[in-house]
Amino acid sequence: MGFDFHIDYLQLLSPAGQPSDSAGTIVEDEGLLVGFHRAMTRARAFDTKAIALQRTGQLGTFASALGQEAIGVGVAKAMRREDLLVPSYRDHAAQFLRGVRMTEILLYWGGDERGSDFAKARADFPICVPVGTQVAHAVGAAYAFKLRKEDRVVVCFIGDGGTSNGGFYEALNMAGVWRVPLVVVVNNNGWAISTPRALESAAETLAQKAIAAGVEGLQVDGNDVLAVHQAARSAIEKARSGAGPKVIEAVSYRLGDHTTADDATRYRDPESVRAAWAREPIGRLRSLLVARGLWSKEQEAALLVDCAEEVEREVASYLATPAPTSDFMFDHLFATLPPSMLRQRDEARRHAPAPGAEHG
Amino acid sequence: MAEITLVEAIDLALGFEMARDPTIVLLGEDIGANGGVFRATNGLQARFGRERVIDTPLAEAGIAGVAIGMAAMGLKPVAEIQFSGFIYPTIDQMINHASRLRNRTRGRLTCPMVLRSPCGAGIHAPEHHSESPEAIFAHMPGLRVVAPSTPARAYGLLLAAIRDPDPVVFLEPTRLYRLFREEVVDDGEALPLDACFISREGRDATVVTWGASHAEVMGAAEALAQRGVEIEVVDLATLKPYDSETILKSVEKTGRCLIVHEAPRTAGFGAEIAAEVAERALYSLLAPVKRVTGYDVVVPLSKLEKQYMPSVERIVDAVQKCMEAA
Repeated sequence: MGFDFHIDYLQLLSPAGQPSDSAGTIVEDEGLLVGFHRAMTRARAFDTKAIALQRTGQLGTFASALGQEAIGVGVAKAMRREDLLVPSYRDHAAQFLRGVRMTEILLYWGGDERGSDFAKARADFPICVPVGTQVAHAVGAAYAFKLRKEDRVVVCFIGDGGTSNGGFYEALNMAGVWRVPLVVVVNNNGWAISTPRALESAAETLAQKAIAAGVEGLQVDGNDVLAVHQAARSAIEKARSGAGPKVIEAVSYRLGDHTTADDATRYRDPESVRAAWAREPIGRLRSLLVARGLWSKEQEAALLVDCAEEVEREVASYLATPAPTSDFMFDHLFATLPPSMLRQRDEARRHAPAPGAEHG
Repeated sequence: MAEITLVEAIDLALGFEMARDPTIVLLGEDIGANGGVFRATNGLQARFGRERVIDTPLAEAGIAGVAIGMAAMGLKPVAEIQFSGFIYPTIDQMINHASRLRNRTRGRLTCPMVLRSPCGAGIHAPEHHSESPEAIFAHMPGLRVVAPSTPARAYGLLLAAIRDPDPVVFLEPTRLYRLFREEVVDDGEALPLDACFISREGRDATVVTWGASHAEVMGAAEALAQRGVEIEVVDLATLKPYDSETILKSVEKTGRCLIVHEAPRTAGFGAEIAAEVAERALYSLLAPVKRVTGYDVVVPLSKLEKQYMPSVERIVDAVQKCMEAA
C-alpha cells in the first residue's frame, strides 16, 4: 500500500503574456489588471531607488525584491484590510499594498526602529529577519482569530531557504492540527543567498512539504501575477470559511543580489540571470495589457512619473526624519521602564553626541 | 484557607486568573487531560475547554513562537515547557522576538506572555531535566525572569507575571513542587514583580538567593542562628529586572554578602549581584563577597546531584568564613 500525492501547478499567463484557456474571468477584470501593473511598477521603482540610496551611503543594507513583485502584489491584493500580514524581509511589495509607507521601509533599513511602527497596517507584523521564525507567530495570530471567531486570515511570507528551517515545519505542523486560518506563501526565488534551490531540499516541490503536515500545498508561477492572485484569493477565502491552512509555493527568480551586501556574481552564472529576465512579471503583464488595449505608452510614461515622484517624496521624508535620541533605546523596552534601569538611561543621555552630530 | 504545595499553588493561580480573564490561554505538551507532567495544570482543561488549554504538538520552539503570535494579537498565553532541558529551543524565539517585539515596533505590538518551566535538580530526574537556565534568560534585554521559592510566592508572582504587559520567563523549582506546604489564600492578590522579599531578617550577613536554593538558605539560617549568627535572607524572586536597592540596603546593614544559587558559578546571576555590590556598596563590606553555587560542570545525573547542589552545610560553612573575615 502506498500513498500518492500530487501538487497542482498554476499558470494563467505565459512568459510572453498569453493568457491560458483556464484563465477565466480574471483577465477580463480591467481594474484589477491595471492595479497589478501599477503596484508592481511602484514596488520596482522603490527597489531601484533604495539600492541607489544604499550605494550612495544614505541607506543601510537593503533586500531588493526585484523580479518577485508579482508575489507580494498578487497576494496582498487578495487580502482584506483586517487580515494580517506576517512578512519576511523581502516583502515590501505586499507591505505597500497593506498601507505601509515607503518612508517606513526606508527608516527600517536605514537603522531606525520607527520604520516598524506602521502608521497604517497597525496590526501587521514587522519585517522578520531570523529566517523561519515568523511562521509560528502567524499560527499563533491565526489561533487568536479563530478562538475569538473573528473573520480574519493570516498571510505569512517565507523564502525557499526558510522552508529548510525547523521553525517552518513546527509551525506548519501546528497549523495543520489546529486548522487555523493561515496561508503561507513561499517565495521560491531560487536562491538562499548563494545556496541554490537544489542544495536546500531534495523535495521536488516546496509546496509538498505541506502535505506531511496535513495541509494543502499548491505551486504557482510566481512571475504570473494572475496565477498568484487567483491562488491566494482562493486560499484566503477558503481559510476564512474554516477550511484550514494552505501553502502556496510561488516560483520566481531573484534577479538581484540577496541584499546590497551581497555580490551574486561570485556564485551564479550571469547567463541564468539573463534567461530569468525573460520570465519576469512586469513585462509579462504589460504585454497582456497592451494586447488588450488596456494600456498605452502614454499611460506607462505617466505611471513611471507618478512612481518616481512618490518615491522622491518618500525618500525626502525619510532623509528629513530626525535621528532618534538615546532615550529611544529605553522607551519601549518594557511598558514601563523599571526604576533599576533609570541609571543606565541617564548614563546614555550623558554620553549622547551633541544634537545634530549623529544625523545621517 | 488551605495549606498547599508549590505546584498546587501554580495550578490555583492559573485557574483563578483564567476564570477572571477570558483572554488567557494555556499551551504546552500534555497539559490538557493529563494536567501536565507535574500536574501544574491539573483540571484546567476540564474547566476551561480544549480551546483555552491547548495540548500542543511536541515542539518547544513552536510553542514559544505560537505564544508570541497569540500575545501580539490580544491573547495572554501561558506556555509550559515540560522539562528544563527542553527550554533551550525556545531561546531563538524569546531573544529574537518575545523580548523585543515592543521595542522594535515602538509599542505598536506587544508580547504579554509567560513561559513557564520547571527548573533545577534534586528529584532524581533523567538526563536534561535538571537545568538552571535563569542567567541565560536574564541576559536578554526586554524579558522578565522570575523564580519563586514558596507556594505563596509562586501563587502571587505567577498572577503578577500573567498580568504583566511584557514577556516573563517563570522558572519553577521542581524540587520545591511538593517539598512542603504553605497556607495560600486564593484571593487573586498578586505579589510585586521586580522586588525582593526579605524572608528572614538578620544583622550579621546578607544571603541573596532564589528558587530552590531558598529552602537550603532558610535551613542554613536556622542552623546558624543556633550558633548565634543571624543572616538576612533576601529572596531575589525577580532576577531581571532586579531590585538591587533592597540588596544594597541589606548589605549596608550587615556588611557581609553571600549569594547562593544552584546554577553554575561562572557567569551565573550571582556574579551580577556581586558586581553590583562591589560597584555600589564596597565600602559597607566587612568581608569579601562570597558565592555558593553549583559547580561549572554539567549538572550530574541523580547519583551526584546532591553533591552538586548548594547544601545547608556549604552555605553554613561559607557564612562562617565570612564571619571570620571580620
